This record gives sequence, structure tokens and C-alpha cells, in this order.
Amino acid sequence: MSLTVKQVSFGYDVRERAAADGLTLRDVSVAIRRGSLTGLLGPNGCGKTTLLRLMAGVLRPTRGTVALNGRRLDTIPRRELAQHVAVVPQETHPAFDYTAIEMALMGRHPHLGLFQLEGPDDIAIAHASLAATGTAHLASRPYITLSGGEKQRVVIASALTQSAEVLLLDEPTASLDLAYQLEVAALLSRLNRDRGVTMVLATHDLNLAASLCDTLVLVRAGRVLAQGPTRDVLTSALVQQLYDVEADVRFHDGAGHLTVVPIRRAP
Amino acid sequence: MTTSESTLTRVAAPSRPIRARLALTLAAYGGLAAATCLLAPLVGSTPISLARAFDRSIPFADNVDAQIFFVARMPRVLAGAVVGAALASAGVVLQALLRNPLATPFTLGVSAGAALGAILAITFGAVVTVGPFSPVPLASLGGAFAAAAVVYVMATRPGRAMSTSILLLAGVTLNSFFSALILFVQYMADFTDAYRTLRWMMGDLDVGSFQPIFAALPLVGLAFLIFAALPSSLNLLSVGSDVAATRGVDVGRAQRLAFVSSALATSAAVSLAGPIGFVGIVVPHLVRLMAGVDHRIVLPASALFGASFLVACDLVARTVLAPVEVPVGIVTAMLGGPFFLWLLVRKH
Repeated sequence: MSLTVKQVSFGYDVRERAAADGLTLRDVSVAIRRGSLTGLLGPNGCGKTTLLRLMAGVLRPTRGTVALNGRRLDTIPRRELAQHVAVVPQETHPAFDYTAIEMALMGRHPHLGLFQLEGPDDIAIAHASLAATGTAHLASRPYITLSGGEKQRVVIASALTQSAEVLLLDEPTASLDLAYQLEVAALLSRLNRDRGVTMVLATHDLNLAASLCDTLVLVRAGRVLAQGPTRDVLTSALVQQLYDVEADVRFHDGAGHLTVVPIRRAP
Repeated sequence: MTTSESTLTRVAAPSRPIRARLALTLAAYGGLAAATCLLAPLVGSTPISLARAFDRSIPFADNVDAQIFFVARMPRVLAGAVVGAALASAGVVLQALLRNPLATPFTLGVSAGAALGAILAITFGAVVTVGPFSPVPLASLGGAFAAAAVVYVMATRPGRAMSTSILLLAGVTLNSFFSALILFVQYMADFTDAYRTLRWMMGDLDVGSFQPIFAALPLVGLAFLIFAALPSSLNLLSVGSDVAATRGVDVGRAQRLAFVSSALATSAAVSLAGPIGFVGIVVPHLVRLMAGVDHRIVLPASALFGASFLVACDLVARTVLAPVEVPVGIVTAMLGGPFFLWLLVRKH
């Protein structure tokens, strides 16, 4: 499954679309290779989440196209698209007290007919997803009583239950402490390696991106600043251009990947 | 009551597979609704026997018990069941749609719109009929749709999630606005009409015959056909509209269907019995406490429990001060007001 964003511009409302420089995204082209793990980096409000929502087909581009295996997303029915692309949002706040297993089972929705109830296979898939994210023991707990890290892993399990080949994640580790960050990162890496799930992940955590992603896309003010293999794109010069921050980027032998240490705000 | 309540709680523990839960829920809540509807007509100024009412060996013309059961009391009980089921289901749908457990047809102004339509039709004696729909339900439907359309259009913008706060504020405003219009119509009407509509506004299930129920049935039927297709979308919508979209729900269409079906159900209920409050909030909450929150369970269970609940409330309404009959809307409000406050306290 390859996902291609081609010369996409996007504005949220009419006023924004009329003013050429008011667009949230301008002329963005990104190609997500099958089996890759791509990180979207950029400052707050640069358009990362908007780009993810466009890739998920939740938003439609004002100009340009987003295509899955060459098919434009707006020509693919919602259910069919959901069988191929799953999303892990930044935060999930259900209005009612669903249990963890109920949350996970909702991932089967695109695979079930209108009046079809989930059967033993669906339930087995949901339990396997909870097990894969280390939350099997929480299955019958109400979601809202879980800790931040447990919640995020249940939401990832729910996306896995969707059995999609592409997983889009919006800051999946933002609300987690250090241990859970590492755990979720290891989980994502494992899913990418073992199941061949293609992933795109928006994040502010440069070290997470450095350890996890094989490809990076740097987005600044609605435009792509740079994109390519992590080792080529994650440099002091580009980090400074991206965030206006001087940073020390070097290979860490113990961790086995590049690390970024922010030094000071660039003048 | 205690035994039936604990049965209702046990059958739907979220750990069981959905098929078993649904079958058990329908059996338990369906049994309760059927029992309520069969037993309620037995209570009244003249005691009658259920066995005698269903005794086919006595000709209907000679069977006083059967006449009281089927002619005098059954229409009222059935009206209660239909209205209770419609209002409770509309409450469930709107609560999921707005991701707010306190939303009801009342908080959105949909009932007030329906009431205004019905009052206009009653006061001015409208005689327009379209197909199987008679004037009062039709006018009520018009009012409900107008209110639902105003709040929906105000709260939705392309590309953005529906704004719950705008919906609720617009609903409260519409509610006051329509109430003022209702008072104006009553003020302008002659004394008899004004008294009739005032009594109607209190919520009353004394429909007199089966005819008004048949008149409301097409609306209720259509509403429940749409409700049947909604539950799994409602589960996902109540988690979040982006989540719903990325799990394969056509969010815009699901929202419109939810609005249309709850407006249909509300207008049918209001045209039949006046605006009876609090059913749409008390019933879904009690059901969620007993049966979990999956809408594939909650929606049918609330419809059935809503029927039992309103029939039981009406039983209280017509016996508590007998021979005086209290409007059932007053009974539901007496129960529902404190319940609503308790919910608010419990939430925070």
C-alpha cells in the first residue's frame, strides 16, 4: 500500500482559501512507500495534523490529490478506505464508559455489514490486538479509568483490530511518560517489522523520530521544508530551520541512532 | 421489581459476546414491556381480571372485562408504550450524536418545535392530510424538523467537528423562543382552545381511542426503521467524529439520519401525548447503568424500557390521586427533575 500526496493545498474555510498565503498547507507532495515508517516533524500549527487528516481521507484537499495505490481517496467509499487505512488520534475521549475490549472491537466496524454483529473471529482479532499492545489484562476495564499510557495502547489496539495496512498516528507518545514512550515506540517498530504495517507518525519528539523512522518529512508553515532518509534529513542545519532552535545532532552509539539535543533558541 | 431489576442487570454484562447479550436483552426488556402493557389495564376504578378479559368463550359484547381492557384502557396504555419508546430512543440517539449524556429532544428545542406545530394545528383546526399522515402529527413534524434543521445548520461547518456547545445553546434558545410562541398562540386563542392546549402541554396519554395512535404510527415506524441502522455508527460517533470517519462511518450522513429519525420520533410522541419531559434522559441512563453502553444494546433496550417506564408512570398518574387524574408529564417531571440533578452531581 503506497500513499501519495501530490501538490496538495488545503484551507479550512472559504476566507482561508481565497487568501493564497492563508492556506494551512501549500503545494505539499509526499510519497509514502509501502512498509516504510515515516515521521512528520514540524512546529505547532505547521499543518502536520491537517496533513494526517488529508491522508486519512477525513479532509479533502482544496487543490491536488491524495491517492492510495493510485486511487484518489475521494473515490474510495469510506468503509473500503477504513479497511486499508487506520488512524490513532492524539487523544480519544469517548462520551460513554466503553470497556477496553469494546473500544478494540469498534475497529472491526469497516469489516462488518450494516446489521452484522462481530463473531468469534472478530473477537479473537480484538483480543490479539490487546495482547500485542500489552493491554489484554485490561479488557474488561472501563476505558476512562485507565492511565494515559494504557489508554493510548488500547487506542492503538483498536486501530490494529482494523487490520489495515497503513497506520497514521498523531503524536502517539505525547501524553506518555518515558517508560511508556519507549514501550509504544518498540510496539510500533515491531508492528512495522513483523506485520509490514506502513506507518506515518506526526510527532514533536525528535529522538523518537530518530529511533523509529526510516524517512522524515519536515513541515514548516504549511510547506515541505525537506524530506528523505532520516540520516540525511535530521541535521543541525535543518532542525534550526524547522524550529529556530540550535541543536546538537549526533549518532549515539549506545542507542544506535541519531540523537538531538536542543541547545538554545536561535537568535 | 427487585428480582426483575437484577435479571436486567445480569443479562447484559459487557463481558458476554454481543449476540448473547442482544438476545438476552431483547428477551428481558421485551418481557418487562409486555408484562407492563398487560398488567397496567387491570388497574383502575373498576377491577377486572386478565383471564376474563382474554376469555374467548364469552362474546365480546357481553364481556365487560374485555370491553374495559381493550376499549377503555388499552388505547391509553399503548399510547404510553409508543410515546415512551419513541422519546427514550430519541434521547439515546441525540446523546450519542452530541457526545453529551444530558442531551434530549427537549434540550435541543426539537420537542418545543413539535409542540408549537401541534398547538397551531389544534388551535386553528388544520385539516391538511398527506398520504397516511393526519394534520396534528404532520404539523408537529414540521415544527420538529424546523428546530432540528436550525440547530444542525448552525452547529456544522465543513471540515470541522460538529460544535456541541453551539447545538446546546441554540437548542436552549429555540426552546424559549418556541415556548413564547406557544404562549402567544394560547393567549390569542379563545378560552376553550386555550384550556385544551394548556392541558395538552402538560403531557397527557388519555387518547380516547386507537385512532390517534394509528395517526402517529407512520412517523414512529419510519423513525424506528432508521434507528435500526444507526447503533454501530452511534458507538463510533460517541467516541469522536474523526474516529468514526476513519473506522468507515459516513459521518455527515449518519448525523443527518440521526437528526431526522429523532425528530420523527419526537414529533410522533409530542403529537400523540403533548411534550412529556425527562423520558429521554431517565430511561437511557437507567438502561446504561444496567446493560452497559454499547448502542446496539442500549437503543433497543431503551425503546422497550421506555415503553414500560411511561406506562408505569401513567399508572401512577391515574391512581395516585384517584378519581382525579394527574397529567403524566407532571409525574415524569417529578421523577426526572431530581434524577437529572443527581446525574449532574454524580458527574462532577
